[in-house]
Amino acid sequence: MDDIFTAASVTSSGRPVLVENEVECNLLSNVDLEPEDGTANSFVALKSGVLILTTHRLLWLSSAKAVGIPLSSITHIFSSKRSIKSVFHSPRFRFQVSAAVITVVVRGKGDWEVFLTKLWECWRARAWEETTTSVVVNRESTSSGSGMGSGSGFYGSDGSVRMVGVAGILRKEQQLWESTDKSLQDAFQDLNALMNKAKEMVLLAEKMRQKLLSTSNSTNQDEMGSKEEMQDWLLSVGIASPVTKESAGALYHQQLSSQVRFLRILYNDNRLADFVRIPLERAGGMISLIDIYCLFNRARGTELISPEDLFKACSLWEKFDVPVMLRKFDSGVMVIQNKAHSDEEVFARLRTLVTKPETLQTGISASDAAMTLGIAPAMAKEHLLTAESKGFLCRDISSDGFRFYVNLFPEISPNDLYL
Amino acid sequence: MQRLGDFKLPAFFNYPPYFTLQPVRETREKQVQLWKELILDYCRTQKIFVIGLEEEFSLFSNLVIERSLSNEAREAFLSALVSEGRAEWLDKGHRKCLILWHRIQDWADLILSFVKENGLEDSVMTVEEIRSGIESRGTELQGMDRTVLMRALKVLENKGKLAIFKGTSADDEGVKFSI
Repeated sequence: MDDIFTAASVTSSGRPVLVENEVECNLLSNVDLEPEDGTANSFVALKSGVLILTTHRLLWLSSAKAVGIPLSSITHIFSSKRSIKSVFHSPRFRFQVSAAVITVVVRGKGDWEVFLTKLWECWRARAWEETTTSVVVNRESTSSGSGMGSGSGFYGSDGSVRMVGVAGILRKEQQLWESTDKSLQDAFQDLNALMNKAKEMVLLAEKMRQKLLSTSNSTNQDEMGSKEEMQDWLLSVGIASPVTKESAGALYHQQLSSQVRFLRILYNDNRLADFVRIPLERAGGMISLIDIYCLFNRARGTELISPEDLFKACSLWEKFDVPVMLRKFDSGVMVIQNKAHSDEEVFARLRTLVTKPETLQTGISASDAAMTLGIAPAMAKEHLLTAESKGFLCRDISSDGFRFYVNLFPEISPNDLYL
Repeated sequence: MQRLGDFKLPAFFNYPPYFTLQPVRETREKQVQLWKELILDYCRTQKIFVIGLEEEFSLFSNLVIERSLSNEAREAFLSALVSEGRAEWLDKGHRKCLILWHRIQDWADLILSFVKENGLEDSVMTVEEIRSGIESRGTELQGMDRTVLMRALKVLENKGKLAIFKGTSADDEGVKFSI
């Protein structure tokens, strides 16, 4: 009976698509789902997939199939029996969905006991029942959204004295800050708390984004600065469920690889797309590994990954059908670029730049190219060197520095030196 | 048109990359070729036989665009000439280079035709006379490098076209043509 399961959609890189407010909690690799012997409503056993626990669902993913079981449909989780038999078996635990009992057989090396504990927690937390937003945002929206217009009289709905005029505004401002501060403190107390607070953080980020958008028209330097700070801050709450070495084990790099992409997907997500464009696009289709490393760790906040891990994860991209790739320049500089990104396009722009009448005389430096292409000078230099190695450009090293000129050598005829 | 003395410089002499040794193979090959021809051309018209790498050599700098060749580049271009037989290093340290815009064999042929044109087939001349005598005035032999001249004469001697002998004055040698 297949209606125990609901179809689960996955991204092209094999990451599950989560519903709103859904947060990934744990994961086990190499898991079989088997029907309990003798159960009437049995189903075809699912062999060796990844079992992902979220606040809303249990997801079972394999290369061929992806199914989900809403936690709300679980009627009972059996406590695991310790018996002689269990010593010889792979670890297993059971839970009941309507009439069927499903046995989870853990063949991988993941810590299934932690997983089971988490399952209990999530099942009891009943996250799927919370349809409205968190307290923080509610309070904010009443205070800043409706403003002085809502309600009447000197008493608020909670019986407290309503302040009016400047004092009222100041107090509301104060309240807002206190609540924000509190949720930030709570959130960062420990990792578990952060996990639990993830949803609130995302909502808080959403709130802040609204504010930023409303001030986006101003060109004031200070505000631009604080906007950038805020962008960074939003990145900090971007990833709701860090993949850790402990939770993912051997799958760590593979999962992480998807998470880097996940970061991009997050940017693409409607909530953030308006105001943070994909860093890759911002960087002109190519971004250095170091930059991504900084952004990525920034986004994780805790559970930082090592450069080596990031490199391995990026190397795994080759195995997936993802639109980005890792590229190593001759100089050893490593970058991440869109697969759609083509050198020809960059060359064409460089060619236009070097064939302008004034640059024919003076050539271009890496920083000139950087300004035209809108990328970092170090990256621009890589492009220039690549263009040089293809024969489009040639170099000039003098006291004026390192400059590039359009390559005229092939056009000079040796038989006709005096043009 | 830019000039160096009475030498007309090509247009690409004002192209700054021309003065930087290019790292990309194809570009570099073309650059080396252009330099080889320019050096030979310049030396031929200016009658320059020896280029010292550490000395000022006007062709290797362009004051207009404020560029000059690095020592590495100079050596690379001269070495390219050497490998073609159009130049020779005079020392092991590659600091002085003899430029042969005519190869030694060509010089020998020039001497032969000079001798024939002047009806000197059986006469005797000093080496110095060949370089600066009345007969050689206006020919390519005028003012030619003594080292190059001696080597060309040696080639002819080996073919039995002449005999070199010590002259009466100690500092000069004589040549007896027998063509």
